[in-house]
Amino acid sequence: MAASPILEINNVHASYGNIKALKGISLKVMEGEIVSIIGANGAGKSTALMCICGIVPVSEGDVRYQGASILQTAAEKLPIMGLCQVPEGRRIFPRLSVKENLILGAFYRRDNDEIDNDIERVFSYFPVLKERFDQHGGTLSGGEQQMLAIGRALMSRPKLLLLDEPSLGLAPMIVQRIFEIIEEVNKKDGVTVLLVEQNANLALQSSVRGYVLETGSVTMEDDAELLLNNQEIRKAYLGE
Amino acid sequence: MIQEFRKIWKPCVIGLLWFLVLLWPMTGINSDGTLEFAKPFEIWLVVVAAAIVVMLLYSANKGGTLDGLYAPLIKLQKVISQKTAVLPNFVLIAVAVGFALLYPVIFTSRPSHDLAINVLIYISLGLGLNIVIGLAGMLDLGYIAFYGVGAYCYALLNIHFGMSFWVSLPFAAVFAAIAGCIIGYPTLRMRGDYLAIVTLAFGEIVRLILNNWMSLTNGPNGILGIARPGIFYPAFDGGLAIEHIYIRKLYMLYYVALLIAFITMICVYRLNYSRIGRAWEAIREDETAAELMGVNTFLLKLLAYAMGAVFAGLAGAFFASRMKFVSPESFTFLESAMVLCMVVLGGMASIPGIILGSAALVVMQEWFREFETYRMLVFGGCMVLMMLFRPAGLIPAKRMGRRSEEED
Repeated sequence: MAASPILEINNVHASYGNIKALKGISLKVMEGEIVSIIGANGAGKSTALMCICGIVPVSEGDVRYQGASILQTAAEKLPIMGLCQVPEGRRIFPRLSVKENLILGAFYRRDNDEIDNDIERVFSYFPVLKERFDQHGGTLSGGEQQMLAIGRALMSRPKLLLLDEPSLGLAPMIVQRIFEIIEEVNKKDGVTVLLVEQNANLALQSSVRGYVLETGSVTMEDDAELLLNNQEIRKAYLGE
Repeated sequence: MIQEFRKIWKPCVIGLLWFLVLLWPMTGINSDGTLEFAKPFEIWLVVVAAAIVVMLLYSANKGGTLDGLYAPLIKLQKVISQKTAVLPNFVLIAVAVGFALLYPVIFTSRPSHDLAINVLIYISLGLGLNIVIGLAGMLDLGYIAFYGVGAYCYALLNIHFGMSFWVSLPFAAVFAAIAGCIIGYPTLRMRGDYLAIVTLAFGEIVRLILNNWMSLTNGPNGILGIARPGIFYPAFDGGLAIEHIYIRKLYMLYYVALLIAFITMICVYRLNYSRIGRAWEAIREDETAAELMGVNTFLLKLLAYAMGAVFAGLAGAFFASRMKFVSPESFTFLESAMVLCMVVLGGMASIPGIILGSAALVVMQEWFREFETYRMLVFGGCMVLMMLFRPAGLIPAKRMGRRSEEED
């Protein structure tokens, strides 16, 4: 595992109006890792990802990607730099076809042949999408939509993939499959993954390290295995 | 059959009684203040008789009594749809283009030419608005302002500088695009309802400026004596010379309108299937997600406004040259609403749909002149019916896929 951090968040604060959503969180993601952020509803997990992508403004602190601050970088420039997010609740384009959704993932790229290759690569991860090729995104089932959202993000050839609750509202079988694919993408393509999850068990099992977020601050960080065996965590998030 | 009849008679009776309540104030109150009961009741009885016949036919159909009657019809329909499905698209397009080119030869009367020119102007407007609403998904209620900018642009250039129609046309497009950017820029942060209200206000602002800037626009009196488009043609008397005439014949104007409509159609078609068009659709579907995928939403939304305005500007310049007169009255909110109706009724983001929608609404307005006072009532009723039976528009943009769960 390379030792340089691909993403570094230092003391980031953010708020929605008067409500402070993040009260100075810091975390690091090393190249090639899968890191997960776990926490309850309203802990600020999604806000943290939105801050990284510049959708929610950061009021204090710094976000550094590959050693340079990206606070001033416009959100639409980030995919060019290899940073792509799969937003919470999938947010695919419902009235565009599966193919168009995938092509939009590669919006900044102009190399059409390569795009076709990448579509095939996404289909090799998610064969079911190939069957739905021509269908509107909105007509897919929840699991297929999540696959499409991940596939769409992969189309931008990310170095760092931010995943927001990929298990949201999906059957356990499908969640299992999606996590397998996330690990596969990480191993095969060397994509670093930052995962935000409520399903702490699954998330920690597939990641190297984990952060626990509570009401806007990081309360714990450790190797995933140690977190999994931590009594407090087991009580609070694993229902024991 | 009797069972089916039992199911429907109650709502039908309630509906007819409600219709009587509506009908009486509309036909029973005379203009001199006297009341009348016999006339509305007479009309109502006719409607009741018709309703009973329809009810009987409906229940007979549901009960299966009529199946034998129209089985051959369904068969015929199937055969026809199979035959037409084999025809490639370009044949249909060729037929439509051929019809458009030969229209003045087939219909020779002046009113029919007038009507066709109106349809073509509204097609340009509808397709332009389609970029803003259908593709980029921004509800714009002040679209007619750009039409006004285009019209006044040509009118003023022609009156003050004597510039001809063809030279002014690009200027009209550019000025409309600039107006689009000016209106678009402050509204880009807004979405949905707020955007609609702000664009509505901007549309009214433009109209009020045209109405009150006496020194430039001559206010409510309008600008008179705008030149028609001219054409150049080669003349051969005593060597080759290029002659210039102003178009007087209405059917020649028809061809100018057709040219503008064709340009609009080709441009909108190309945009629709380009990278930009796809980005616009992504913005319409989910703006944040589009931004995360690397779509520059700010620039593209501004571009959508500007491109939409360009086609309104072209149509406006033609409108001014055709009427030889412009006044702010032509650019009221009602016109914006009409263009919006054409886009929605025709089928958002569907080019053939909008062409058909524009044609249907313009022609319907003409037909319904016979109803005199009730014209707008019948017109509105027709729009409600169209929306009920074809909620996605006359020709919806794309076929909707089936839900995948249903297949399994």
